[in-house]
Amino acid sequence: MIPELGQFALVLAFTLALVQGILPLAGAARGDPAWMSVARPAAFGQFVFIAIAFGFLTYAFATNDFSVQYVANNSNTALPLQYRIAGVWGGHEGSLLLWMLILALWMIAVAVFSRSLPEDMVARVLGVMGLVAAGFLAFTLFTSNPFDRLLPAPPDGRDLNPLLQDAGMALHPPTLYMGYVGFSVAFAFAIAALISGRLDAAWARWSRPWTTVAWIFLTLGNALGSWWAYYELGWGGWWFWDPVENSSFMPWLLGTALIHSLAVTDKRGSFRSWTVLLAISTFAFSLLGTFLVRSGVLTSVHAFASDPTRGIFILALLALVTGSSLALFGWRTSRIGAGGRFEIVSRESMLLANNVLLAVATGTVMLGTLYPLALDALGLGKVSVGPPYFDAVFVPVMAPALFLMGVGPIARWKKASLPDLAVRLRWALGVSLAIALLLPFTLGEWNPMVSFGLALAVWIVATSAVSLWDRVKHATTGASVWTRLAGTSRAFHGMLLAHVGVAILVLGITLVTGYESEKDVRMEPGDTVELAGYTFLFRNVSEVAGPNYVASRATMEVTRNGARVTTLYPEKRRYRMREKPMTEAAIDPGFTSDLYVTLGDQLNATAWLVRVRHKPFVDWIWGGALLMALGGFLAASDRRYRVAARARRETEYAVAARGPQATAAG
Amino acid sequence: MKPGLIAFMLLLALGLTGGALAKEAAPAADDPALERRVMALAAKLRCLQCQNQSIAESDAPLADDLRNQMREQMKQGKSERDVIDFLLARYGDFVLLRPPFKPTTLLLWLGPLLLFVVGLIVFFHRLARSLAAAEVELSEADRARAGSLLESEIGKEPG
Repeated sequence: MIPELGQFALVLAFTLALVQGILPLAGAARGDPAWMSVARPAAFGQFVFIAIAFGFLTYAFATNDFSVQYVANNSNTALPLQYRIAGVWGGHEGSLLLWMLILALWMIAVAVFSRSLPEDMVARVLGVMGLVAAGFLAFTLFTSNPFDRLLPAPPDGRDLNPLLQDAGMALHPPTLYMGYVGFSVAFAFAIAALISGRLDAAWARWSRPWTTVAWIFLTLGNALGSWWAYYELGWGGWWFWDPVENSSFMPWLLGTALIHSLAVTDKRGSFRSWTVLLAISTFAFSLLGTFLVRSGVLTSVHAFASDPTRGIFILALLALVTGSSLALFGWRTSRIGAGGRFEIVSRESMLLANNVLLAVATGTVMLGTLYPLALDALGLGKVSVGPPYFDAVFVPVMAPALFLMGVGPIARWKKASLPDLAVRLRWALGVSLAIALLLPFTLGEWNPMVSFGLALAVWIVATSAVSLWDRVKHATTGASVWTRLAGTSRAFHGMLLAHVGVAILVLGITLVTGYESEKDVRMEPGDTVELAGYTFLFRNVSEVAGPNYVASRATMEVTRNGARVTTLYPEKRRYRMREKPMTEAAIDPGFTSDLYVTLGDQLNATAWLVRVRHKPFVDWIWGGALLMALGGFLAASDRRYRVAARARRETEYAVAARGPQATAAG
Repeated sequence: MKPGLIAFMLLLALGLTGGALAKEAAPAADDPALERRVMALAAKLRCLQCQNQSIAESDAPLADDLRNQMREQMKQGKSERDVIDFLLARYGDFVLLRPPFKPTTLLLWLGPLLLFVVGLIVFFHRLARSLAAAEVELSEADRARAGSLLESEIGKEPG
């Protein structure tokens, strides 16, 4: 009964989404306030019904209701409760439900935080989001119902993919979807502005915090995915250029371009049509990612569930959303003026160049991701496009973008002088070149790629310092450096922090790629192996029983110069419901390096294959991403946006204070 | 007893209790130098049975089998090129993680360059448009609307 109620809740949500997608848009067109006012309650209602459906599916998982096909496919009575709950989004149908729950959450956020916006704008934004929601609810109801019954119910479920039985499963998909789906808000704002014909600074400023918050989530989601792959897959890699990774990397690249383009539109009034185009394509790429992952056109570690009929439906949805948005864009774009004038050397031109490079990088990743599919579909043969291709084409496009990151924040708007820039940046250039040439000697072998990566990373940090110093020197308020520093806007600090985050990430990638080492050995109890100055002693292997698996767990003592460092316990797990054994790596994370040990096959009664890896600075990759997200958070919480919110609250207090029961207690 | 025999027995005793003392583990491969070459090559080849893994990374039986075959062939003195040719004849281009440059992959390899050129055109087109445009500041109406909506500090922001 409960699953049927869940399905009914989805039908109601679908009906409300249609109402939300039609009435407010029509109301805004006709200037009818009653129709426009439907938007907010419809969004709330939709959220409630999707949340009910989601809750019922979670209940089916928690109570092991294997008469629900989706539960039977993705759960098992022996599966611990926390994984049964995270298992709700462990397959196709549930991840779609999570997608819609998060879309509804974003709609609620828009409905709540938009009270100082004109009613017709709110109506249009929520209307567009309602249409998107209706498309996805239809997709779920017609092709991917999570509540389909399986009768007679099997005595036990097929269990969740062991790779997904991990804390990363609770974090990575929701965070990633918050980012993916969050770009629907920027998209809806762009479409609303196109419909109303008001592509003005107010639109750009309203979109900015939403876009930044979505970008923060997508940054964290991608970083979590990379980190999870690193420790769970047991190959020691942190990025595989897997088509599924690319699916969420492409919207990230375009979203990054979008937040920069929005900054220009907000501050200078320029790049309006470019910003709109980016807002549309960022969301289109989010949908493309959903299509690639959910349709099953890819065969990769992530595509767990697939069914060809679903692919056609999402493809049609993708074509409809993108096609109609671009048609609207083409129709309205003639109205958009060019905006402010700028010279070839100016902050605008550099941001434009960065935008173009990010777009080219996105196109390149898309080409590599879709090419094998297209070739196969056309019957022209099968090729693989793997990491060697992406490394070869992606780095040359991104390197100039990283260089420009150093110059852009220092250049003036409209017109900058090249000699002046050269003078202000000569120290940064000298420092980065010197460090890039000399530092590799202290780390190990000199290697041109390491030097190149170091030069770019140090360049970004050094120019950020110059930029900060300039801002402090020219600040009008405050006597001491500290008060001047505190006086500069959070948005500025956020920008610098995010840029330094990119530098840290580049540093991590450069150093781990240049200096990682590994050894493959056969070990018996008492054997040692040395790597990068660490000694690993293989103590023994014992059998350990988990809730739904048995594991062979090795005990490895790690010492350095005779001093104890840590004890690691790599495992080889055999899950009851799966044939293939799973490798559970043991990692000792550190600020300057990780030790990464995996247990291979058993050779005889006492001997095992063991692989030990030394990964210098690998954690800086995720640390950099975290800094980027923090920078985004600082920027999104800038007082330019909060001032409006506070003003609104004050009006509300004033209204409340006029009431008869008003007290001074507030 | 002769001193030599005592020394021999002491050594023997040490050797017997050696299990408790640490000894350096043997490399997993019989020939580590060869193994490095095999694995470097295997990292460039796709495991055909798996989902987006290289032959070097995969635990799949087919990958294991292919690694063994590569090892055997290289032990017989075959070069990397010979091994790749053998695998290409057997499995086609699909086995290469770095796609070959040939008519059907022309667009794949030239595409990024093409995109870059398009990017340059877009950049200079937009720049020319800006240079041709008269100085248009943010209109007063825009400022007023932004200001009234947000009560923000658009005028105070430097730059």
